[in-house]
Amino acid sequence: MTYTLEGTTGTWEVVVGLEVHAQVISKAKLFSGAATAFGAEPNTQVSFVDAAFPGMLPVINRECVAQAVRTGLGLNAQINLESRFDRKNYFYADLPAGYQISQYQHPIVGTGVITIDLPDGTSKEIGITRLHLEQDAGKSLHDQHPTKSYIDLNRAGVALMEIVSEPDIRSPEEAGAYLTKLRQILRYLGTCDGNMEEGSMRADVNVSVRKPGEAYRTRCEVKNVNSIRFVMQAVEAEARRQIAVWEEGGEVAQETRLFDSARGTTRSMRSKEHAHDYRYFPDPDLLPLVLDPAWVEGLKAHLPELPDAKAARFMKDYGLPAYDARVLVAEQATADFYEAVAKGRDGKQAANWVMGDFFAALNRTGRSIEESPVSAASLGKLLDLINDATINGRIAKEVFEAMVETGDDPVAIVDAKGLRQVTDTGAIDAAVAEVLAKNADKVAEYRGGKDKLFGFFVGQVMKAMAGKGNPALVNEVLKKQLG
Amino acid sequence: MAALTDLKLAEATELLAAKKISATELAKAHVDAIEKLSSLNAFIVATPERAMADAKRADERIAKGEAGPLEGIPLAIKDLFCTDGIQTTAGSRILGGFTPPYESTVSANLWRDGAVCLGKTNLDEFAMGSSNTTSAYGNVVNPWKRRGDNRDLVPGGSSGGSAAAVAARLCLGATATDTGGSIRQPAAFTGTVGIKPTYGRCSRWGIVAFASSLDQAGPMARSVKDCAILLRSMAGFDPKDSTSADVAVPDFAAALGQGVKGLRIGVPKEYRLDGLAPEIGALWEQGIAWLKAAGCTIHEISLPHTKYALPTYYIVAPAEASSNLARYDGVRFGLRVPGDSLDAQYEATRGEGFGEEVRRRIMIGTYVLSAGYYDAYYLKAQKVRALIARDFDEAWKSVDAILTPATPSSAFAIGEKQDDPVTMYLNDVFTVTANLAGLPGISVPAGLDAQGLPLGLQVVGRAFDEETVFRVAEAIEQAAGFSAVPQIRAGA
Repeated sequence: MTYTLEGTTGTWEVVVGLEVHAQVISKAKLFSGAATAFGAEPNTQVSFVDAAFPGMLPVINRECVAQAVRTGLGLNAQINLESRFDRKNYFYADLPAGYQISQYQHPIVGTGVITIDLPDGTSKEIGITRLHLEQDAGKSLHDQHPTKSYIDLNRAGVALMEIVSEPDIRSPEEAGAYLTKLRQILRYLGTCDGNMEEGSMRADVNVSVRKPGEAYRTRCEVKNVNSIRFVMQAVEAEARRQIAVWEEGGEVAQETRLFDSARGTTRSMRSKEHAHDYRYFPDPDLLPLVLDPAWVEGLKAHLPELPDAKAARFMKDYGLPAYDARVLVAEQATADFYEAVAKGRDGKQAANWVMGDFFAALNRTGRSIEESPVSAASLGKLLDLINDATINGRIAKEVFEAMVETGDDPVAIVDAKGLRQVTDTGAIDAAVAEVLAKNADKVAEYRGGKDKLFGFFVGQVMKAMAGKGNPALVNEVLKKQLG
Repeated sequence: MAALTDLKLAEATELLAAKKISATELAKAHVDAIEKLSSLNAFIVATPERAMADAKRADERIAKGEAGPLEGIPLAIKDLFCTDGIQTTAGSRILGGFTPPYESTVSANLWRDGAVCLGKTNLDEFAMGSSNTTSAYGNVVNPWKRRGDNRDLVPGGSSGGSAAAVAARLCLGATATDTGGSIRQPAAFTGTVGIKPTYGRCSRWGIVAFASSLDQAGPMARSVKDCAILLRSMAGFDPKDSTSADVAVPDFAAALGQGVKGLRIGVPKEYRLDGLAPEIGALWEQGIAWLKAAGCTIHEISLPHTKYALPTYYIVAPAEASSNLARYDGVRFGLRVPGDSLDAQYEATRGEGFGEEVRRRIMIGTYVLSAGYYDAYYLKAQKVRALIARDFDEAWKSVDAILTPATPSSAFAIGEKQDDPVTMYLNDVFTVTANLAGLPGISVPAGLDAQGLPLGLQVVGRAFDEETVFRVAEAIEQAAGFSAVPQIRAGA
């Protein structure tokens, strides 16, 4: 379905490209040995290199390079065996060297592609233009002192991957789906935690609008949007703003803007005095980054199974519908949990339990899958109890609630509570006979043709048996006795 | 025995090992000399207490038979090398009060080998200059005088303090750095030996950067052998410098003494500049004759892109400098001149902190990297640089080393060439090519001019072939028999 916006002059199409800054998961920074943990006391994770002391030199962190290559491979992208680092020069208090080391002309990863999944069940390919490595800057705190700014350099020098998409995105929904999928891939790869609240994933959103069939018009860049929801809002807000400008006879100026999430609007960020000439040039402190093809192959061989492949396999191996597969692979932990439950069992039944009662329990208790009181093994045992007719489905739900509450083993719960299903036909015969005797009037009605009363009898029998009657046997005996 | 301050480094090493002199008395002689000749302004900071403590330890190690190759040798360190706990200024006000909590790899290597630290020598601000007159800590005076003329002369630059200290016998050797000639030109101006090794031979870690792709540390001393000994200690692969070369460091001094018979010496015709001073031309001819007599064969070669070397250098070096010096912003260390805004603080700090020459080069560098000019200047300069390197690659097919003058003139008087920066830049005309091509180059004193001032010859060699460079320099040293001494010197 094509997303368009209606203006006074007709229909407009939205064109979006995203630049995502993803903080690389690594113990040390891109060019120094300083630690990278989030939330440390200010200026406690800063080496002399990060603080750009005289005579300090950058040395590339091999693990950060490996992470970028893994990400490139995960994006089905071209890995450039030779890349270079450039200096992007500008003055700011939280940029200690007065330049950021980045990759301008020769990035480590070239073109690739991400398949995004849209809510209507369709999918679409979004091109990746490039991925490059660069240093993060420090943080300026302007609200700690009436006249001074404080600088925290903990983040200075932390490795970022800038992942640039082609302008293939056409709606807020697609922008959201792109970020969701990208984050999923990064998390699967273990190359970025994708945590937008902590700023370890940030998006710059390039937006332009056009009449269908037109060439691209001028774009604006909405900087540093820090949630998927805000990105989606920013796309629409910025598109509407641009449409208004064009329709009032104006001209959209190429500029950098900020998204104001409180107002739901974008505003211009930079005035003329901050128009930068970054004076990019190759960093003479660093040699070209040359990768050994065998090393890249080694990384490729050890890549984890990524969400798309996993979903396809779940559909094939466990007979899942596409929707279930997509939901279950959204997080690696969920997929692993599901697979542990489903292995050697009925895949669809396992999916129903994981996506139904299990997710509901996590939601209700506000826990993550890692903190779940119910392990995949226990849930599997519960399914086994159902399938070998030890308990029936209704009792299973009761047992599951007890598992959530206590974390106990389902077999133990069943035994302790005496919930084993009654399959003794003698006991069922007796219960049925008693129910029919008590409800002679209803029996007469049933026999007179009121078939719907059968359910009533089942309920009464189950009630009499405290829910433990084997439903199939109860049905069978009832049918026979009602004759 | 000669005065302790007149010893060559190699001689002192032998006397120390034989326990004929102590490191303590050797250090004391130099500490006293530094104090006595403070008018040369060769040192920004002298460290007599450190020197005596180092010397005491050296004597103990010698006594225990644990002496390193430089045990007890008093050295001066150019104040561009960061020294742990000792103020490091780069000759600039902007680093005022900066004391690094770390030691440069090169100086650390020297201390590892037992050397004694005498202090930090003066230099052109951020190593930008050819006369040591851009230092925020004042001019350095060349210990040499013109005959019958008592005016102060420049020691050359940027390693003017190191050169003056070596020439005036204030130390047995010194560290220096060379970005476009900053070791070789002052060596030539002070009658000392100085080698800029192959780019990557010495670690740049802990050396205040001027132009990263050109900067290289090297030693200055009073003989070729002394330089060879020092370089062996200074050099070596350093994983902290990505441009440091992971190649073995030979025993350079061991390459000496074997003569130069059969070596092919190139004489580049493009270095016969129009208006080359006749004395310089004659010295060059003399050098050729000496090497021929020593058994070398002489070959005229062509380095066709030589004439573009100076302009190329004065684009590449300022470009890198403009970026390297951005970190001096008053935020984290050194001088801070407050302003109403961040930009105002930058302007005030950098305006007051940097001298005129540094500001000029930052402006040039910023300009050549700017949008719209990058291709015409920086990019073109990089291409020419590659051509200059290729010229040398071609030359190495037919020769083993190249002989040129080190400088276009002898030392000049303070203020003599300062009316026009371009005239000053011409000092580097013979030396910048080795930096642009990353090759080793040495300046060795070869004689005096008519005014009684020393002149140097330069030998350039293949990358990582300092051994041949030292051998050829030694042949010149022996043939020249340079024994003149400066008027101002310890013990004079």
